[in-house]
Amino acid sequence: MAKTKARVKVPKSIKKGEVFQVKTLISHKMETGQRKNKKTGKKISRMIINKLVCQYNGKEVFASDWHPAISANPYMAFYVKADASGSLDFTWTDDEGKSVKKSAKITVAG
Amino acid sequence: MIHKTLETRQVGRRELMAMFGAGVVAAMGVGMTPRDAMADAKSVTDAMMKVVGDSKPATGKIKLDLPQIAENGNTVPIAVEVDSPMSDADHVKALHLWADKNPRPEVASFRFSPASGKAKVSTRVRLSKTQNIVAVAEMSDGKFYMAKSEIKVTIGGCGG
Amino acid sequence: MGKFHLGSLLAAGAILAVGFSTQANAEGKHGMYANGEIRSGYTYLTPQSKAIQNDDFQNPGMIWVDDGATLYEAVDGKAGKSCKACHGKAEVAMKGVATTYPKYDEDTKKIKNIEAQVNRCRTKHMQAKPWKYESGQLLAMTVFIRHQSRGMPMNVSVDGPAVPFFQKGEKFYKQRRGALDMACSNCHIDNAGKNARANLLSQGQTNGFPTYRLKWQKVGSTHRRFRGCNKQVRATPYKYASDEYMNLELYVAWRGRGLPVETPAVRN
Repeated sequence: MAKTKARVKVPKSIKKGEVFQVKTLISHKMETGQRKNKKTGKKISRMIINKLVCQYNGKEVFASDWHPAISANPYMAFYVKADASGSLDFTWTDDEGKSVKKSAKITVAG
Repeated sequence: MIHKTLETRQVGRRELMAMFGAGVVAAMGVGMTPRDAMADAKSVTDAMMKVVGDSKPATGKIKLDLPQIAENGNTVPIAVEVDSPMSDADHVKALHLWADKNPRPEVASFRFSPASGKAKVSTRVRLSKTQNIVAVAEMSDGKFYMAKSEIKVTIGGCGG
Repeated sequence: MGKFHLGSLLAAGAILAVGFSTQANAEGKHGMYANGEIRSGYTYLTPQSKAIQNDDFQNPGMIWVDDGATLYEAVDGKAGKSCKACHGKAEVAMKGVATTYPKYDEDTKKIKNIEAQVNRCRTKHMQAKPWKYESGQLLAMTVFIRHQSRGMPMNVSVDGPAVPFFQKGEKFYKQRRGALDMACSNCHIDNAGKNARANLLSQGQTNGFPTYRLKWQKVGSTHRRFRGCNKQVRATPYKYASDEYMNLELYVAWRGRGLPVETPAVRN
């Protein structure tokens, strides 16, 4: 995915057992496949991000399948229970199977 | 934001059709042909049947947070939360969202585990017209819950 | 110097006063988002849309701020410079700049906006190609520069050499045009706060531009918005960076005097 930018936000420090919110945003048109080219009348092909998966120290903690009804520049926030320090790894995958990855460091106290 | 939770009660297939039937009646009032309206209703119930199979989803446990009126149908903030301890024994496995009058009803599906801590998701969705958001939660014990919330989507006037 | 329009006299008087403070705005119903009767488009938004603008993480317009920050440090053009090479850190050099644009340019003897100034810098000092209007780069750079003044009150100069252009802009604003025979003022002055079918009309302020419009699903410039508005009343739109729109942009920026820069704002 050319020029796609992703960002994630996690709290700076988390206590073990605490349930914290993870925020994600990725820049993407999310072309629905419903639009028509105004000049040619041809339908513009669908091209969306159809999957977002989050792994916590290698283990899947959240997964989502997206359809064209998800808005452009998709924002998605979900929750994770703090266990060990390490990393949250995010993978967005599009209709062509291409993916964008992002990682966030998790610091867990206690 | 409007929070809508229905009391816990079993919902059968006939009742599901009746729930969407209400939408058919309203749609007929706006000049849609009965066939169009039935097609929309049928596809959400069909999509839901694929998920729940023969089970009868109960109402309750799901909190759908959406505005009453969308500023713009292409970016509608929505939050969904399922009431659950999210323990190994009792947690939400999956959550499905549909929009019953969009060109296609599927919006998104989510997979959770006890490591989620909370079965709550926030995102922004596209809604082509006034319709219902329908949510079905799949629990670890095989039970299903559903909730529905209407949102008004107006087509502009002079927004440019 | 020629005839002075009453509006420009008042504007001149206002400029002589000690500028505007968004602190003073904070007392009214709309807090910092209004200056007396002057209201930012923010005040017409639904709570959900306000929430998106208020959260820098969720606001998609911030993607363009990041892009602009990258471009600001990138070397471009035959002179081998980046913006930063001459200006230094943007947070320092560009702070307050947006509050005075559009403004009169001594060299071209016309009104210029930020986009025009960026391209002037690129061609004159960097020996780089100008960026196309509404291109990703020009939008990102404009958003990034204006963002450095976020929260500061708009305070464009409409006196001295700017007077005739201000007057032209005001004339444009109040002139009926198009098949629908409507002037900007018909909606944004006469009917601000009322509904045009399903849309709530604002005062048409530009303090948040380039803005992330939900309708566009991306960030867009004032001139894009002007073109859209003109097309809606079935009038032939003017070109991007045209004199007409530069003058109009000056007038409209004056209409928003005292409003905080909100770039990148979120609007319908």
